[in-house]
Amino acid sequence: MDLRDSPEEAAFRKEVVDFIETEAPRARPGMSYETLAEEGQRWFRKLSERGWIAPAWPKEYGGAGMSQIEQFIYNEEMAIHRAPRPAHLIIGLGLAGPTIIVHGNEEQKKRFLPGVLAGTDIWCQGYSEPEAGSDLASLRTRAVKDGDDYVLNGQKIWSTLAHMARWMICLARTDPEAPKHKGITYFVVDMKAPGITVRGLTNMADTHEFNEVFFDNVRVPKENVVGQENRGWYVGMTTLDFERSNVGSAVGMVQEVEDLVDYAITWRRTPVSLLDLNPLLRLELADRLIEAEAGRMLSYRIASMQNRGLIPNYEASLVKVFSAELHQRIARSKMNVMGLYAQLMAPDPMAPHLGAWSHQYLRSVGYSIEAGTSEIQKNIIAQRGLGLPRD
Amino acid sequence: MDLGLSEEQELLKNFARDFLEKECTENLVREMEEDEKGYSPQLWKGMADQGWCGLIVPPEQGGSGMGFMDLAVLTEEFGRALVPGPFLSTQVGGAIPLLGWGTDAQKQAHLAKIASGDEMWTLAVTEPVARFDADGVQMEAKVEGDKLVLNGTKLFVRDANVADFMTVAVRTKAGGEDGITLVIVDAKSAGISTTQLKTIGSDKQCEVKFQNVAVPKSNVIGEIDKGWPILKQLLLKAATLEAAYLIGLAQADFEITVNYAKERVQFGRPIGSFQAIQHKCADMVTDADSARFLVYRAAWAVAEGEPDAEQAVHMAKAWANDASRRLVANGQQIHGGIGFTKDYKIQLYFRRQKMADLMWGDADFHREMVAQSLGM
Repeated sequence: MDLRDSPEEAAFRKEVVDFIETEAPRARPGMSYETLAEEGQRWFRKLSERGWIAPAWPKEYGGAGMSQIEQFIYNEEMAIHRAPRPAHLIIGLGLAGPTIIVHGNEEQKKRFLPGVLAGTDIWCQGYSEPEAGSDLASLRTRAVKDGDDYVLNGQKIWSTLAHMARWMICLARTDPEAPKHKGITYFVVDMKAPGITVRGLTNMADTHEFNEVFFDNVRVPKENVVGQENRGWYVGMTTLDFERSNVGSAVGMVQEVEDLVDYAITWRRTPVSLLDLNPLLRLELADRLIEAEAGRMLSYRIASMQNRGLIPNYEASLVKVFSAELHQRIARSKMNVMGLYAQLMAPDPMAPHLGAWSHQYLRSVGYSIEAGTSEIQKNIIAQRGLGLPRD
Repeated sequence: MDLGLSEEQELLKNFARDFLEKECTENLVREMEEDEKGYSPQLWKGMADQGWCGLIVPPEQGGSGMGFMDLAVLTEEFGRALVPGPFLSTQVGGAIPLLGWGTDAQKQAHLAKIASGDEMWTLAVTEPVARFDADGVQMEAKVEGDKLVLNGTKLFVRDANVADFMTVAVRTKAGGEDGITLVIVDAKSAGISTTQLKTIGSDKQCEVKFQNVAVPKSNVIGEIDKGWPILKQLLLKAATLEAAYLIGLAQADFEITVNYAKERVQFGRPIGSFQAIQHKCADMVTDADSARFLVYRAAWAVAEGEPDAEQAVHMAKAWANDASRRLVANGQQIHGGIGFTKDYKIQLYFRRQKMADLMWGDADFHREMVAQSLGM
């Protein structure tokens, strides 16, 4: 047990901090979204040039090859400095890339990984379907072998960034006769291929993030199969494990709570402080900090286990549920702190934090749904982690 | 950075678990609930022989020379086994204050006897006003020549019925943090009367009345009137150990409950196959794990004297209190009727959870301290 940095870790932390302080854009009050986006792009290019756009990837594939502890430090310093993260690249960097590194062939690695690392290719995920949500294995999109191609027909939904994506990782059924987990194949689909229609869905926060994607006789060359035909479920599970073990999200919550406390202390529209007006807020915010620290330790436990050569089992699902639900509580506390102003949305000039917090309150509804609902995660914890029987 | 225990700590933990499974059975725990003394002399001797009573006492004084983090790890196992008796009281009332702030003479007189199990101690802080801040210490002590004369009442004093010595917080001067003095009191001194309280955890807490109890000045720990900074550190350590006890207790309750859910059959299948039960079990492990790592973090910060140790302890005790309370409630619900009986073991954990939750500050108290640490 030692929560201090080793000399090597301290040196690495300094390297990260120096880089962020030199290169990262800082959100300034009154800064327009356009400026932020523009500065963000420059920053992501810098990260890419530094080899830090993909902290977890092995060095041989162009990643930073950071150890779990180094990733923890990296994520923590990014959060402490409020440095923007390349959210639009997350599916390529966090899901598609790592899956191709593990299950793809050399040709696929050469073809797909550079675009992810350069930040030029946006990826999306074709997993869920209207009739296959939590019960993902019941997916019905068909892929029929025809010469050197597969022909895809069907529909995907909740495909984040499909409207901007160059590539999609996609699960489709290749053997309808086989038991449902055993007839699925994992494809990389060219989003420019004829027969693909993307229809945007607007979420309740009034943002276009995800989409419906329709396949009408879309031809996918057999070179785009990742892993073996009919073995796609297991390839897909690798992706989900990457998705759930992405420990970055739980690390930044302490900083979010600090911002929240800062707002509560410094808000000065009344002669009496916000905390005097609503004394319950003090304990509520204290709770958020305690919970954020608990979440940080749970994330850290995973990094610490992996560093000791242990393989986390239910622990990643536990962090996913804990941080999703805590994130929602933090979003609610932000609303509580803002009082009447909480209802103001961008671009209202009086909206605190440019409306980001009220937006987050709406957006956070999705946290306990996306990447496996809290209920599905709890099934995994109970069955895979605690050995409770399936029915 | 590493969140795991050291090899030595794993060894201590595993050894303690095996030892206590054999020596501190459910039967013994139940017997001690009814016992006048509340501890088993045989088990106490066994614990002393293992070097646990003097775990943090240096080898020169007959101890094991280990640190506070190790003590927290051992305490977690004591929570798991619901070990009855004055072990924690002796650490918190004796070993820790003497090692930290005792004079050479005080150390010489007591540490070896604590390590050998020959002396039992306790910490007497709370009074009928039942507070953990400086204003909670109102009991008066008058300095008369080379003596202090104590008058007043201490309440919720653990194991005072068997303690040989007490570290007592008294007020030697009116005011808040200034004017508090810590003094070692021989429990056999004239003018002390002790009454056992009937408690939810069936532990041995007492009301201790002091009537003109004379104590030599040489028994003062630290300086007269300047006891608060010491007491504050003591209370932080006491809260940390209590939280360690809670996470051990919670882990055991969780394991008993999951096993029960696998074995209990209703509707022709184990109840653990029902999602409603599975999700409760998932909540339990989330509470157990999150509390454990916050407590380890706090114990480590205290042991290392980290600048954020105080805040870490308040976070850990607040969370361990709430998380373990949710956990044992889920444990009861999953057991259904059988868990509601006195005969079945799960209630032993439920009742002691509340005891440890209240001891050295409930969740609201520690939450308030976290709020203050944030400048609110």
